[in-house]
Amino acid sequence: MSLTILRKQNLNEFISALLPHYRVGGPVKLNSSYAFRDIRDPSKLRLDYPTTILPPKKYLLPVKESLFRFNLSHPQVVQEVEMDSPTVLFGVHTCDLNGIQLLDRVFTRGHIDPNYVKRREQTIIVSIECLRPCDEHSFCKSMGTLTADEGFDIHMIDLGEAYAMDANTEKGENLLKYAKINPASTEDIDRLNSVINAKWGLFSYHLEFDVSELAPLLSVSMKSPLWEELGDRCLACAACTNVCPTCFCFNVKDEIELELIRGERVRNWDSCQLDEFATVAGGHNFRESRALRQRHRFMRKGRYILSTYNHLGCTGCGRCARDCLVDITPVKVFNELYRQRETGGRS
Amino acid sequence: MIITQENNVTVDNVTIEEELYLPTMARIASIIPMTALEKLFYLDLPSGTSLGHRPGQFVQVSLLGVGEAPISISSSPSRSNGGLELCVRRVGDVTSAIHNLEVGKYVGIRGPFGRGFPYEKFRGKDVLFAPGGLGLAPLRSLINQVIDERASFGRVIIFYGARNPSELLFKEELDQWAQRDDLEFHVTVDRADEAWKGNVGVITTLFRKISINPRNTIAITCGPPVMYRFVLMELLGKGISNGNIYLSLERHMKCGVGKCGHCQINHVYACQSGPVFPYSEIMALEEAL
Repeated sequence: MSLTILRKQNLNEFISALLPHYRVGGPVKLNSSYAFRDIRDPSKLRLDYPTTILPPKKYLLPVKESLFRFNLSHPQVVQEVEMDSPTVLFGVHTCDLNGIQLLDRVFTRGHIDPNYVKRREQTIIVSIECLRPCDEHSFCKSMGTLTADEGFDIHMIDLGEAYAMDANTEKGENLLKYAKINPASTEDIDRLNSVINAKWGLFSYHLEFDVSELAPLLSVSMKSPLWEELGDRCLACAACTNVCPTCFCFNVKDEIELELIRGERVRNWDSCQLDEFATVAGGHNFRESRALRQRHRFMRKGRYILSTYNHLGCTGCGRCARDCLVDITPVKVFNELYRQRETGGRS
Repeated sequence: MIITQENNVTVDNVTIEEELYLPTMARIASIIPMTALEKLFYLDLPSGTSLGHRPGQFVQVSLLGVGEAPISISSSPSRSNGGLELCVRRVGDVTSAIHNLEVGKYVGIRGPFGRGFPYEKFRGKDVLFAPGGLGLAPLRSLINQVIDERASFGRVIIFYGARNPSELLFKEELDQWAQRDDLEFHVTVDRADEAWKGNVGVITTLFRKISINPRNTIAITCGPPVMYRFVLMELLGKGISNGNIYLSLERHMKCGVGKCGHCQINHVYACQSGPVFPYSEIMALEEAL
């Protein structure tokens, strides 16, 4: 659709104009790190952030959400839950945009998940082009998520004094009615080109092989000795899956008020790294060792999810690498498997 | 609507699935204690609705305030009359709470979920059932379906193993099966008691009692994880092909609709592609057995 220009001094005004109509989420600074938060004061929005603790996934798949409420005094009745108000997400990096595109496939394939879809339909995504790596852990260039041409309603590119606003959908076009924007001039387009061209050299490839080789590599790595090594180190803390933009597994449980009458069935994020994840009621655990659980995690990221959804399960955001206490990172794991294969299993 | 992957049979269950995670309340019509740990629950669905399940499928059963658990359906479609039968072992929070319920109380039902047995393909063939322990609960659905269409099948052989006589499920039905001329029914217990006059030994000891035509036999087994490799050795040893052996695998499905991840076997969601699998589909899956 159209490319327009939003002067930086008009950004706060744009967001203020949205606040009466939308819940607005975006990155804000918290002490030494950044997080997506609901924006009430537009000046708090930090579109130049490096990365956030959690991905914006939490706006579409909340850490915990109600599936329905019940009242035990009328046990036949179950009530559906009201959804959140229309939401605009600002400052979504293209790696996280890629993660949301996977979630869209997961929750609309086969059975359509009503909670996710209702929330997704009333979410407007304003993504932003990354012009420098978040830090040494980002490997978005290797994973092909360093830019995006779809999945957003508006994509912003920082041109210095202004943002280029690339509206990609009708929802995005309509949102820009709240903004003081100008059509892009030839100079703006030139500036855009030089900004984009300048960024690519700042990012480096972290994988020692092309990402198209990842799934075939993993399919011959089921019996690698590396999994036992990872299992010995892994603390099964589940930090890696909690911060992942593509982890979508959840638990379902009932919670009841103290008066033991009203309650709700909730789903909350769960992790395949936890001991009880694959345990059945009788006590048998189908993935008992941490080695097998780490293998399951990496196989999902690079292979299983790809085979099911035709979309990689890793975006290269680097969050799991940043947060792992024992330095288990996708880049090191994938590269080590590659080296093992190249040397016939001798590392 | 659930479309089974097997042969694109459309199963009409739209009447009870208004929302994906919203249970339909079903009334407990009767409860039959079966063993110290298992009870059989007859559930009535709201009038005018039916489950529309296939043998081998499961439902998510819930008790509001306690939670939800996947339970296989024990009744056969041929005998479902606006209701369903669930054999529930008291083993976790939800099943323990369900065991404490009385007739007239309600439980929530979602489903049916998963891929059941493609029993239309078994017609004209000999069918060998090998349930172990609680594995009879899902297989009973298909056994009774086969009995109700008895003329459509060849030999029907049932090998049932339990740990001891007090753990045998559906005892009255077992007696009826034993008396039928058109069923070859064999039962064994790992450990006998004083009253037991029958076979003693694990389920695989029954396989030596008969000969089968491996070219025309479908074998169906369900039981505890440890049982599968021994039963598979017997079945494969008799010459039954990988694709003619069906297993029903247990996993802890939390959602039943292929999202939550708990039931995954490598990349396969057991709640969608299973719980019934031909052995040929899972023999290459590292985490299946």
